[in-house]
Amino acid sequence: MTRITTDTVEQVADLSKLILSDEELAGFQEQLDKIIGYFEVLNSLDTTGVEPLAHPLDLRNVFRQDTVEDSAPREDALANAPDKTDEAYKVPVVIESS
Amino acid sequence: MQYETVIGLETHAQFHTRSKMFCGCKTDFGAPPNTQTCPVCQGLPGTLPVVNRTAVELGLRAALALRCHIAPVTQFDRKNYFYPDLPKNYQVSQNYHNLGVDGRLEIEVDGQTRKVGIWNVHLEEDAGKLEHPEDTGANYTAIDLNRAGTPLLEIVSAPDMRSADEANAYMNELAAILRHLGISDCKMQEGSLRFEAGISVRAVGGEEFGNRVEVKNLNSMSAVVKAIEHERHRQVAVLESGGTVPSQTMLWDVQREVTEPMRSKEEAKDYRYFPEPDLVPIEISPEWLDQVREQMSELPAVRRKRFIAELDLPPYDAGVIVEQKPIADYFEQTVEQGVEPKTAANWMMGEVMRVLNERQCEIDDLPVSPPMLAELIGLVTDDRISNSVGKTVFSEMCSSGKKAGEIVEEKGLAQISDSGELEAVVKQVLADHPDAVADLESGKQQAKGFLIGQIMRATRGKANPKLAGELIDRLTGD
Repeated sequence: MTRITTDTVEQVADLSKLILSDEELAGFQEQLDKIIGYFEVLNSLDTTGVEPLAHPLDLRNVFRQDTVEDSAPREDALANAPDKTDEAYKVPVVIESS
Repeated sequence: MQYETVIGLETHAQFHTRSKMFCGCKTDFGAPPNTQTCPVCQGLPGTLPVVNRTAVELGLRAALALRCHIAPVTQFDRKNYFYPDLPKNYQVSQNYHNLGVDGRLEIEVDGQTRKVGIWNVHLEEDAGKLEHPEDTGANYTAIDLNRAGTPLLEIVSAPDMRSADEANAYMNELAAILRHLGISDCKMQEGSLRFEAGISVRAVGGEEFGNRVEVKNLNSMSAVVKAIEHERHRQVAVLESGGTVPSQTMLWDVQREVTEPMRSKEEAKDYRYFPEPDLVPIEISPEWLDQVREQMSELPAVRRKRFIAELDLPPYDAGVIVEQKPIADYFEQTVEQGVEPKTAANWMMGEVMRVLNERQCEIDDLPVSPPMLAELIGLVTDDRISNSVGKTVFSEMCSSGKKAGEIVEEKGLAQISDSGELEAVVKQVLADHPDAVADLESGKQQAKGFLIGQIMRATRGKANPKLAGELIDRLTGD
């Protein structure tokens, strides 16, 4: 049974802003289908009466107080950016509407 | 055919916290770009978020005020999408276990009370800000991450509103609650309160909802109202011409006051929500909820009712005064000084709000305390100064911070309530205006108003108008 179709791969690629060739699409379709297939093993377990697990760690209510700490210097913040102005990250123009 | 509009609103309010949702960076508005960020809110790999406890508690206040069922265990989820304002490529939000669900908000429109359902109240983090350089020809977009990670409260209403007026009432009541409970300062001009509207139309009495249009980029309450009116007309026109309204996301164009479709790619809604593995669940015990309840002040609706029932204020006055908590507090403190409530309300809605408007400041910035206002009002009600002099004195108090009594003394503004002193002025005025006197003696009462006006002028507003009237009557032998 095929769980992942090339259409699904195309949609995921689109959401991830990736452009894939037809060959790549076919390749990923096969790989992703196998990966998802492994999860079928889990489905063979009887989980009747088992509460869904919210988090693997048995921890609750980890908080910080609402106190201000020092922020990073701007030069450090921008240091890794491939493109920047004196005060901001630079990206290609984002158009909000048609 | 008769149509009705069906409206649901999504509201985003920035929490009034000092630090961000998951890190200790400041949340101050207007700081220089990228000076309030750290590896956590920059979304650098290897960092771990830690929840701001105050944001959770403020969220609980909102959920309680909106009569929601509070989740015994709540949790964060990742909402995945790619946009340059989102450094992690996902927004930490809530989807599967919201903080509060199934609440309601009562609004009043044209004297009728309506209940608007609240689908859910949840916590999330804000995104950064994109700046499009103003110099034309600039071929880039600048990103400021100061706002990224600012704690946000999202409130999703049911599609229970049927007109722009109802939406307006809902937004105002919600903002009043958020301000009263110290949850958000709701400054729309700073973006700390934002709306998205889901709008559809259908034949009156119809069972099914029409296709829903989601309008974004609504940055003021008036924009929401205008967008609803615009969409109503647009959608009705489509239906009338035999077409169907497509479900889509539109952007509000503030300048042109029209909605424009978003590009279809950005519309594709597939957020692939999944539980945020970096944050552990939050358990809300009944004891914790009780503590939160104890910290909550009276809700605006309760306060309005109390002002109407106990202080005998007209509903309109109560509405205006309760809209902002600091104004309502100031009013109550003034009344506690023994000022008659309606008189205090008139001063609040008149002079006090006028000065606040003029100076574009908050009431706490005024150097006039409630006892000082009460003293001033006392001088007016005791006829020591006239109402118009009272207004002048108030302006002076706001500028100098001096007490009313001092100003009246210094400037010699005390009302002339001594008939001997005033009589000379009245005699002079009567002598100067024989025509008016003749009119008055022939029974024209409006001439008396004119003469009192002249007396006020001659005394620079200090004459006691009642006494002046009595003196006119006596001296004209009426």
